[in-house]
Amino acid sequence: MIVPLFAVLALLTVAASLVVVLHTNPVYSALGLVATLFLLAVFFVALDAHMVAALQIIVYAGAIVVLFLFVIMLLNLQVEARAMAPAPLVVVAAAGGLLLGGLVLAAVLREPELPTAAVGPGYGGTEALAERLFTAYTLPFELTSVLLLVAIVGAVVLGKKRMP
Amino acid sequence: MGIEVAIAAAKAGFILFLALQVMGLGVFFERKVSAVIQDRIGANRASILGFAGLGLVNTLVADPIKFLLKEDIRPAGADRLLHTLAPVLSVLPALAAFAVMPFGDVLELEGRTINLQAAALNVGILYVLAMASLGVYGVVLAGWASNSRWSLLGGIRGSAQMISYEIAMGLALIGVVLTYDTLDLQEMARRQGELVWGWLPAWGVLYQPLAFVVFLVAGIAESKRIPFDLPESESELVSGYFTEYSGAKHLMFMMADFVEVVLVAALAATLFFGGWQVPWLGREGFAFPWGGQVPLPSIAVAALQVTAFMVKVILLTFFQIVVRWTLPRFRYDQLMRLGWKGLLPLALANVVLTAAVLLVTGSAP
Repeated sequence: MIVPLFAVLALLTVAASLVVVLHTNPVYSALGLVATLFLLAVFFVALDAHMVAALQIIVYAGAIVVLFLFVIMLLNLQVEARAMAPAPLVVVAAAGGLLLGGLVLAAVLREPELPTAAVGPGYGGTEALAERLFTAYTLPFELTSVLLLVAIVGAVVLGKKRMP
Repeated sequence: MGIEVAIAAAKAGFILFLALQVMGLGVFFERKVSAVIQDRIGANRASILGFAGLGLVNTLVADPIKFLLKEDIRPAGADRLLHTLAPVLSVLPALAAFAVMPFGDVLELEGRTINLQAAALNVGILYVLAMASLGVYGVVLAGWASNSRWSLLGGIRGSAQMISYEIAMGLALIGVVLTYDTLDLQEMARRQGELVWGWLPAWGVLYQPLAFVVFLVAGIAESKRIPFDLPESESELVSGYFTEYSGAKHLMFMMADFVEVVLVAALAATLFFGGWQVPWLGREGFAFPWGGQVPLPSIAVAALQVTAFMVKVILLTFFQIVVRWTLPRFRYDQLMRLGWKGLLPLALANVVLTAAVLLVTGSAP
């Protein structure tokens, strides 16, 4: 991707993710999350991973965050509940974030020029992804689906608990 | 380089133009078809120099002007930014989804072969679903940001409904994707030019009738119109999620509704009715199954295909509007029952059936 475009998008992504953690209104935080996920999808497109980008938007931006918003709206948080997290928690979280950022930076500085390789035709497309998913990664893929099924069954059981 | 950009811009502009034209026609149908169905005359008053055009002036000139000139009211305690953003967020994704819609095969012009599709994406149909799934934010935010009970209830209903029916819609489309072995809408449209038994155009509705029914019902539900207009539901919620909107913003919500109707029509035309296919029209002209040949230049073929696509989209838009003025509104439990216990199992059965048939026959038809 062209460097200035990347810089603008990267700054926007960082700004959107800062809204997620810093804004005191949970609805704005959720919207910041949508913007972050959408911008990440743009990066995936720039990396020729169209399939991942589409799934990112459909699953995360289009469904999961909508459910977040749904819950936030139903709870209708009052102003006092919207305050920032207690100070010690913020300090710990900020330290963790800085540590992670430092690790990434150290890794980049250690090997600034990673070797590049040309990708073949169809890279990042549906067929290439599906081929890997159903050959090399069949077991993790199926196990993940079982895990999701367990979660669904759990939700149904919890929802039915009070029924006579 | 310059001419490539110009061509891309022309294609993008053309598909947007097409979508908005059919949308305007949809608004006109809405007023006049409802009048015919209810045995009244309908909009006929506004005229320019005595020309009323069967109410066209009313619906396409007078109505928008009226909306644009109205006062823009924002209720006390409403969230200023999100209240303004919501109508934009509801109309933009629906328009963006048209980017991958093919409106013709190829146009040979001065040595260039132009693919008549604004964006040829490998994941075409998933892109449409992604954009459609973003449309829900307009509804949710309008409901929340208006600081009104009616709006909030409408927004919550809307988000639950759209998420529920998206699943049935996506599963119905899986059957189509299996049949054509591609996600690219242009490729799907091309595959529908093949002939069954040497004469019958292999349109998607032949192979996937069940998917078509599920898709159309889920599509109407996605556009939140009667019989699925519970988020709006004027007898209970005043006007649902856009109760607190007036003027241009209200017009944008209306526009989003109709753009979604046209989007569903365009998708249904592309997936199930051959898209831009005209029966027996190939790139060199007509080749009739009874032996006749009519060679045509590329530009004429392209023009015929674009016209065919538009006619199909208009007919399907018209059909949706007739449905809207024919059926009563569902109750909320009926809506959820239809989505989860009716359409979802049907769509799943369709996927299993299609997969089984493909496994036995060994390949896509």
